[in-house]
Amino acid sequence: MGTIYMDHAATTPLDARVLEAMRPWLEEWYGNPSSPYAAARRARAAIDEARERVAGLIGARPSEIYFTSGGTEGDNLAVKGIAWAREANGRHLVVSAIEHQAVLEAARFLERRGWELTLLPVDGNGLVDPDAVGRALRPDTALVAVMHANNEVGTVQPIADIAAVTRSRGVPLVVDAVQTAGLMPIDVDALGCDVLVISAHKFYGPKGTGAVYVRRGTPIEPLLHGGGQERGLRAGTESVAGIVGLARALELACAEMDQVVPGLIRLRDQLAAGILERVPDARLNGHPTQRLPNNVHVSFAGVDGESLLLNLDLAGLAASSGSACTSGSLSPSHVLLAMGMSRELARGSLRLTLGKANTEAEVRQAVELIAATVERLRKKARSTARML
Amino acid sequence: MERKTGVPPTWPLPPDAPPKHEIRVVVAMSGGVDSSVAAALLKKEGYDVIGITMQLWPDDLPLGHRSETGCCSLTAVEDARRVANRLGIPYYVVNFQEPFQEAVIDRFVDDYLRGLTPNPCLLCNQAVKFGTLLEKALELDADYVATGHYARVGYDPERGRYVVRKSADPRKDQTYTFYGQTQEQLKHTLTPCGEYTKDEIRAIARELGLGVAAKPDSQEICFIPDNDYRRFLREYRPEALRPGPIYDVDGNYLGEHQGIAFYTVGQRKGLGIAAGERLYVVRIDPERNAIIVGRADQVREWGLAVRDVNWVSIPGIDGPTPVQAQIRYNAQPAPAVIEPVPGGGVITRFKEPQWAISPGQAVVWYDGDYLLGGGIIAGPLRPADGTADGHTNRVPDTELTTAGRS
Repeated sequence: MGTIYMDHAATTPLDARVLEAMRPWLEEWYGNPSSPYAAARRARAAIDEARERVAGLIGARPSEIYFTSGGTEGDNLAVKGIAWAREANGRHLVVSAIEHQAVLEAARFLERRGWELTLLPVDGNGLVDPDAVGRALRPDTALVAVMHANNEVGTVQPIADIAAVTRSRGVPLVVDAVQTAGLMPIDVDALGCDVLVISAHKFYGPKGTGAVYVRRGTPIEPLLHGGGQERGLRAGTESVAGIVGLARALELACAEMDQVVPGLIRLRDQLAAGILERVPDARLNGHPTQRLPNNVHVSFAGVDGESLLLNLDLAGLAASSGSACTSGSLSPSHVLLAMGMSRELARGSLRLTLGKANTEAEVRQAVELIAATVERLRKKARSTARML
Repeated sequence: MERKTGVPPTWPLPPDAPPKHEIRVVVAMSGGVDSSVAAALLKKEGYDVIGITMQLWPDDLPLGHRSETGCCSLTAVEDARRVANRLGIPYYVVNFQEPFQEAVIDRFVDDYLRGLTPNPCLLCNQAVKFGTLLEKALELDADYVATGHYARVGYDPERGRYVVRKSADPRKDQTYTFYGQTQEQLKHTLTPCGEYTKDEIRAIARELGLGVAAKPDSQEICFIPDNDYRRFLREYRPEALRPGPIYDVDGNYLGEHQGIAFYTVGQRKGLGIAAGERLYVVRIDPERNAIIVGRADQVREWGLAVRDVNWVSIPGIDGPTPVQAQIRYNAQPAPAVIEPVPGGGVITRFKEPQWAISPGQAVVWYDGDYLLGGGIIAGPLRPADGTADGHTNRVPDTELTTAGRS
């Protein structure tokens, strides 16, 4: 068996058409967009055009789009940037318990410096209750952060309902849309968010480039100071090719969404059904319907997810489980624990995220491989328990 | 050292063994030179090698992350990954923080609080490297766990057992840490470095262009920087700071100690007692939270009682058996006779009295090169009756209590 890649929530391959769009800005038009000569003006124009395209694709104004180095920078900019800008108003943060580490750790960083942090609980499906957001808000709350869709279990949050609450109380809402951009239509006004974070490499664009939408009038301080690029919110010479690539990738993903997404949903449902049918004591996690079109997240009782993943890798299936730390080792997922799962079951979890190149044959192969591996691991665990 | 095959020559692959490329070996890679060369040797032999680095330290370990270069630091992971990439083997980092915390750190700390002197490397070998990691390796369909230990592990058809022999480099020999290995664990153990000297291992690393060739040997307890276990205890378990009385062996009160966990048998410094003669910790009495001190000759003992005995190269003993007995990791083995006692224990009597026999450490017995087995030191032996810990009755309880209150 060749390699089957089912970890598109981690990253996606660069679309060849995106690479084509990026190439001139690496090879030919390498000028620094802040410089005054012709080559530089071309680069500046390319960034401006990319900004317009991205704004148009998510229902924003070009002046509300800022380019960054990716999702982590965007999340940090949103959380710390708004917190610092609104510090005079109070030092309280409301963040969902299942946010990406980039949001959670930025909030905890502030917490260590005297901010108060309220973590919003989620239900067993991973959903945040908009009423709970209302109850968590205080006069000194600087911001609320709830992600659009969870990167592990794929649950899509009722952002519009949450935004109705935050808006009525005048508190900015930060939405990490890193997992949904390119897979679900995004309209910042329909969502009602004040900040929205996306990352190019999750939708077949290049790694190292992201964008942040900041609604006009939202107070925010920069993380990076310097040459005043990105209207002072993000200093540093722009990654012109990356920005062009992000815009092109998002454009393609949005244009092809209607063709790609129904196929992903079909494969996703085949994959989930196949696993549940072939593997006893398997459980599907996340919301049954309000979920990402490409995400299958399952837990297997009595199986060590780390061993499962490594075995799948050795057999040629690239998947994921829990959250990876810097060294690449796994710890029980904070998302699953927040959803009320036991540490033990959380350890036996597997995330499969599909992409546009996956096929039905691959789904069938993956189901067979997972079923065989889980069965073998369960047998082995029983015999080693006797032996050691 | 006639053979340099990379795999212990005593290792007889059965005639029906699959070809080496079908034998999967998980190498525990610390990022150091020994385990890197172990991986390289096995790969060269043609085994199906997988490298694994264990993430062991809990995230909230006090002082832990000051050690930038020790085992399981990020640097260690980077070094191990570089070696694995160079060898072209799959490489993973696995999270064993919980088992390490429970089986090694907590037991290490608990033992000190109970007045014992633990050896965390023994705990780690038995519970983690050849426990959790072996389980993980078997789950990955591996046949063996290999480590960079200087020990020779193999099957002896005449004895019908797996045996452990001292390494080719007597200065680096690590068989002491293998005394607790069961036959089932040894069956799945490879230690390719055991056939080489440290200098040869470094030379192989240089030949292979492994960047870790010149890395210094790690000497300290991996999760305790600067080997300062007392500072670690203070931060990790503040309740260890429980002062109590210091007595001499006749029960006279001499002063206060900071907490029994901060003392080990044979220790002279840090007692804070002004006395005419040099005083050493003779014994630690956890029940009375007391430290007993005495003269140098009172720190020497003729024998010791052993609990949790495990036999390695022999199935056991029927009667008095002459051995070389080693009472701590860095001690020289000394001539002794071991003898079974009713109830499964073993006593060890030395030809010459031994300095600072510390309950909690392991005593390990050798016959020439062969590691016979070992166990945990329960306490010193009184020459007269052969029972454990003859000191306990020397000081009447009443005297201690009275002295403690004065």
